[in-house]
Amino acid sequence: MRLLTVLTALLVSSSISLSALAETFSFTAIPDQDESRLQERFGKVAAYLEKELGVKVKYVPVKSYAAAVTAYRNNQVQLAWFGGLSGVQARELVAGSEAIAQGYEDQFFVTYLIANKRSGLSMSDDFPAGIANKTFTFGAKGSTSGRLMPEFYIREHFKKSPEQIFTRVGFSDDHSRTIALVQSGAYELGAVNYKVWEDELAAGIIDPSEVSVIWQTPSYPDYQWSIRGDVDARWGTGFKAKVKQSLLNISDAEILAAFPRQSFVEATNDDYQPIKDTAMAIGLMDAE
Amino acid sequence: MNVKTRPHNNTRLKLSLWLALAGFIALLFADIDMHRASPGQELLRMAQGLMAPNFWSYREIASSAFNTLAFALQGMALASAAGFILALLYRHPAVRGFCAFIRAIHELFWALIFIQLFGLSPLTGLLAIAIPYAGTLAKIYGELFEETEAAPRNNLLQSAGLSAFFYTTLPLAWRPLLQYTSYRFECAIRSSIVLGFVGLPTLGYHLETALGNGQYNDAAALLYVLLAIVVSLRWWLKKALLPVYLVAALIYLPPNAHFSWANIARFLSEDIIPAPLRNKANIDYVAVFDWLAMLWQQQILPGVTSTLILSQIALLLTAILSLAWFPLNSRQFFSPLKRSLGDGFLIIARTLPEYLLAFIGLLLLGPSMLPAILALGIHNGAIIAHLLGRYSGELVLREDACTGINRYSYEILPRVYRQFLALLLYRWEVIMRETAILGMLGIGTLGFYIDSAFEEFRFDRALLLILCAAILNIIADMFARNLRQRLHLRPSPETL
Repeated sequence: MRLLTVLTALLVSSSISLSALAETFSFTAIPDQDESRLQERFGKVAAYLEKELGVKVKYVPVKSYAAAVTAYRNNQVQLAWFGGLSGVQARELVAGSEAIAQGYEDQFFVTYLIANKRSGLSMSDDFPAGIANKTFTFGAKGSTSGRLMPEFYIREHFKKSPEQIFTRVGFSDDHSRTIALVQSGAYELGAVNYKVWEDELAAGIIDPSEVSVIWQTPSYPDYQWSIRGDVDARWGTGFKAKVKQSLLNISDAEILAAFPRQSFVEATNDDYQPIKDTAMAIGLMDAE
Repeated sequence: MNVKTRPHNNTRLKLSLWLALAGFIALLFADIDMHRASPGQELLRMAQGLMAPNFWSYREIASSAFNTLAFALQGMALASAAGFILALLYRHPAVRGFCAFIRAIHELFWALIFIQLFGLSPLTGLLAIAIPYAGTLAKIYGELFEETEAAPRNNLLQSAGLSAFFYTTLPLAWRPLLQYTSYRFECAIRSSIVLGFVGLPTLGYHLETALGNGQYNDAAALLYVLLAIVVSLRWWLKKALLPVYLVAALIYLPPNAHFSWANIARFLSEDIIPAPLRNKANIDYVAVFDWLAMLWQQQILPGVTSTLILSQIALLLTAILSLAWFPLNSRQFFSPLKRSLGDGFLIIARTLPEYLLAFIGLLLLGPSMLPAILALGIHNGAIIAHLLGRYSGELVLREDACTGINRYSYEILPRVYRQFLALLLYRWEVIMRETAILGMLGIGTLGFYIDSAFEEFRFDRALLLILCAAILNIIADMFARNLRQRLHLRPSPETL
């Protein structure tokens, strides 16, 4: 049992040393598209913030929307680039949190419903009732543009749950995969973040002869930077304001392209009340 | 065949027919459409990836490979120590029950729980492997101790206490105990890889990204590393070197955690309390009942039904594949050279975790139960075929025994069938456990609803659903154990 003693000793000693973490300011972002590019996208943001804030800044990559919220809740990260829904969930879980900045485009975000050409559906201004009895994929389960808003409008129109309307309902995990799945025909229909769609269309990843947009939702507020309320206590008074200003000041085209947004503008928690109401309406959050 | 064994043959036949019937009935209710328009094209791209693996991001590959090994080593060290102690107390029903319970919860579910407590930290990975593995090892060790020859112990003048155990029982059980532990280490590597799918920095983390984004060249490199690690185990996994490896693992990846009592207290006293009971002075029984009824109707019942359907079909496919494949590793059918090729195939098929196979299947065939059925069948079929092939090689046949299909049907199959059933019944529980988890890939088994509950931060629901999955596994375990006893099959299978 000598092995066991060694093991226990090492376990104890190493778990003590970790409490003395250096005061690194950490942030994360929801993995909403092509995960292999996350480090590339947010590494630049970390470098920028480090220069602006004068403290060490680290980007923490995560695998899912829920993991981003959990890391924020457990104070593993103090700042996060959330979607509308994940932001509402995170601020609900951590009292004192604040939405401090959103992308310019996030003030009037929309979702595209997309269809494989085999579905026989094409672009319309009215809600496409012909989507019933086909296969449908959402994005991640916790996505605003890939799940919450499309599900809301689908339920509103049919007065039924997606499982009752479609022959099969899937969750692709991110917008790039939604596009790939509908393009290949694995699903006939999907709901996708319009920014990711246009980004990938411009990059030539999408084959317009296989998959196209058939409807867009009315606009709603989406992505935002949210920050924990206790950061001033750890990094000094005015730190939160400084983070906010640094984000609003981003003008480097390369950094903005990583989101992709044209600029960042101010945001408040109240801006996201409609998202919270929608989440409660479709049962994703409990009413208080 | 003599007359005395006939009743058992009958029960074996009956059991086989029942299992086949259950599988076919389940097939009627299963959702096994093919949705991918052109699986051929995707398959071609995957094959091209396998031909041209991309090792350029070798630093990422190396660090995730070391992480994978570190989690497996640390998890197994803790699990075998804890499992050993629990095995000494295995006579007590409470200990048995406790072990059955902790191993009934899949390592991925443990990981999802620990992420809430310790974040995405090394400690989360270590505990997620160590806890369920301790339960499994305690059971196997305990059964090995029970089965050892009692004579040496009974001949002691004072046959009581630990020293009697250490001088009689333990030496007799030592060899199979080591063998089984080293087999479990291979499983721990697979588990460690799969933990990457929920965000721990193992090979699975990058595999999920690469496969999901169709970067098959990157995925191929990771797959080759994974195969190389498992296949080379027999050359580097030496008893004497274990302490060295373990210390290296602890230095490379200290089991740190983002540790906060507030988080833990909040999780235990708030998060997991059923929503209708939270922050309430009086218990509102109607609200609790409504909550349970809603979960039962919308999640538990459909989740359990799909889990049962999927696992029965997977069990049937496992049975068919293992009977079809075992000659590949049998001296009775192939020359050593051909056999090593055959066994090579079986080793590759069993090295890839079911979860990974199912994920690849989903990409190829589209969403339905089909990829999950194939993944479970191929992985478990290969494991049984490997063992059955080795076992059949030890049979002594007459000089003039027939060859080919006649040898298979009339000489070998009847003699290995008992062993086959024992292994299949043992795998039943494993398949059930794995079926539940495959729901996290989007198939409607319990794992799907558990994953959703975690995504919605409804930990009360998640825990209740995990409990249901655990109960299902415990029932399958008890049922299989009971059948094995009735059929006079060894209570615990040969160490795999």
